[in-house]
Amino acid sequence: MHFISNLTNILATQVQQLGFFKKVVTIIKDYYPNILEGIANTLLIALIGTVIGLLIGVLTGLIRTIPLSKNPVVKCIQKIVNVIISIYVEIFRGTPMMVQSMVIFWGFAGLTGGNTLPVIPAGIIIVSINTGAYMAEIVRGGIISIDKGQFEGAHSLGMNHAQTMFNVIIPQMFRNILPSVSNEFVINVKDTSVLNVIGVYELYKIGDIIIKGNFWMFETYLVICVIYFILTFTITRILRLIEKKLAGNENYVICGSQSNPDAEIKVGGTN
Amino acid sequence: MEKIIELINLKKSFGDHEVLRDINLTLNRGEIVSVIGSSGSGKSTMLRCINLLEEPTSGEILFNGENIQSKSFNLCSYRAKVCMVFQQFNLFNNMTALENCVRPQMVVLKKDRQSATQFAIEQLEKVGMSAFINAKPNQLSGGQKQRVAIARALCMQPEVILFDEPTSALDPEMVGEVLEVMKSLAKTGLTMMVVTHEMAFARDISTRVIFMDEGLIAEENTPQEFFTNPQKERTKEFLARFLEN
Repeated sequence: MHFISNLTNILATQVQQLGFFKKVVTIIKDYYPNILEGIANTLLIALIGTVIGLLIGVLTGLIRTIPLSKNPVVKCIQKIVNVIISIYVEIFRGTPMMVQSMVIFWGFAGLTGGNTLPVIPAGIIIVSINTGAYMAEIVRGGIISIDKGQFEGAHSLGMNHAQTMFNVIIPQMFRNILPSVSNEFVINVKDTSVLNVIGVYELYKIGDIIIKGNFWMFETYLVICVIYFILTFTITRILRLIEKKLAGNENYVICGSQSNPDAEIKVGGTN
Repeated sequence: MEKIIELINLKKSFGDHEVLRDINLTLNRGEIVSVIGSSGSGKSTMLRCINLLEEPTSGEILFNGENIQSKSFNLCSYRAKVCMVFQQFNLFNNMTALENCVRPQMVVLKKDRQSATQFAIEQLEKVGMSAFINAKPNQLSGGQKQRVAIARALCMQPEVILFDEPTSALDPEMVGEVLEVMKSLAKTGLTMMVVTHEMAFARDISTRVIFMDEGLIAEENTPQEFFTNPQKERTKEFLARFLEN
């Protein structure tokens, strides 16, 4: 009896071990269209949300760095706008995105007498507004970290504030903030998971649906987890490559003869 | 002589600290004025006030007889005519040497890219930087950056160039190349105002020397008179210390 129970135990564990991989394979095989849909929705919402968030950030950052006007009326308007932007930033950085999505989604439904937004656009709106609040601070930091001499150099040649910003400051600002923007994008890929509360078919929600069919909690969420990691890891590598490319080279090589002024001069940096 | 810039009772304070106390100065067309004095005497602040990078606390600045602080005055086109070259170069880090010279022409003077590029290359040749037109500022040495900065100012075809300690951030080997460029500019008849610690430049190149002390113009003279026969006690002290070194 003892021997038999031992044997069944061993067999049972073996079946379980085999079962783990089998289950994983089964999950992927049976649900890959859903999983792909989840990946697509997650990436779509994260990407568009980050881009719109960045636009919000750039816009607010630009508004907030306009020097205060000498005209008292304009100055007053500027101050009011700056306060509104600060309130927006504080509220959306200070509350969880999951709760924000419920408030916005059901708030809209309440205001329109029961019409709900389509969930994916709703998700994009929520992620954009939330990211915008962070980007506002990132962009402001990116602008004020630029050496004052860049502004003075531009002003001293006759450029006005807008010309200075668009020609000199913003291009440098983008390079400064790229690591933070990449970071926001990766965070958004993961944070879209909270949008399951309003019923967006993103990756986590797909996992939720799969377990309702097979009850394999661990295996299903592990698969989802690994997919999230592959996504964020790949994105991080790609963005790092872009950053490196933008940083350029510190050296400058002149090909051609410096002693012979008549020689053809080929000029170029190396990358 | 034709007056270009006139400072009348110019005063500037930062908080309680009075940097410029009462400056009266005239800059005539074609003059090369060296402004010397110890650190903190207000030289740079005076220059920055002329370009309106600092707002004067009181007093007037006239450009060709017009008050540059009046509301109807076009500050941007004024700055294009009275350019500035900085101690820290302030080249645009996101642009190549050539683009540094081209973009301001396009943005401020509304030139098209082709003619702006052509003119920029001519100016870069003047300062001996034509081989480096595609280099980014961080790929250049200090002296090279300053020469590009001078070319950039020249591209605006200014009436006056203000130099704010153009060689102070350079190591001794590079000072020479920048001073050479400034000497050649002096010969073209360009009006220049140079805040400097280079006494040789002040003595040999400038047409007038201004010595500033504690926010006031302490002494003003031709370089020959100034260096051989200083009038004030404070000037003698200052020059003696420089000659010691």
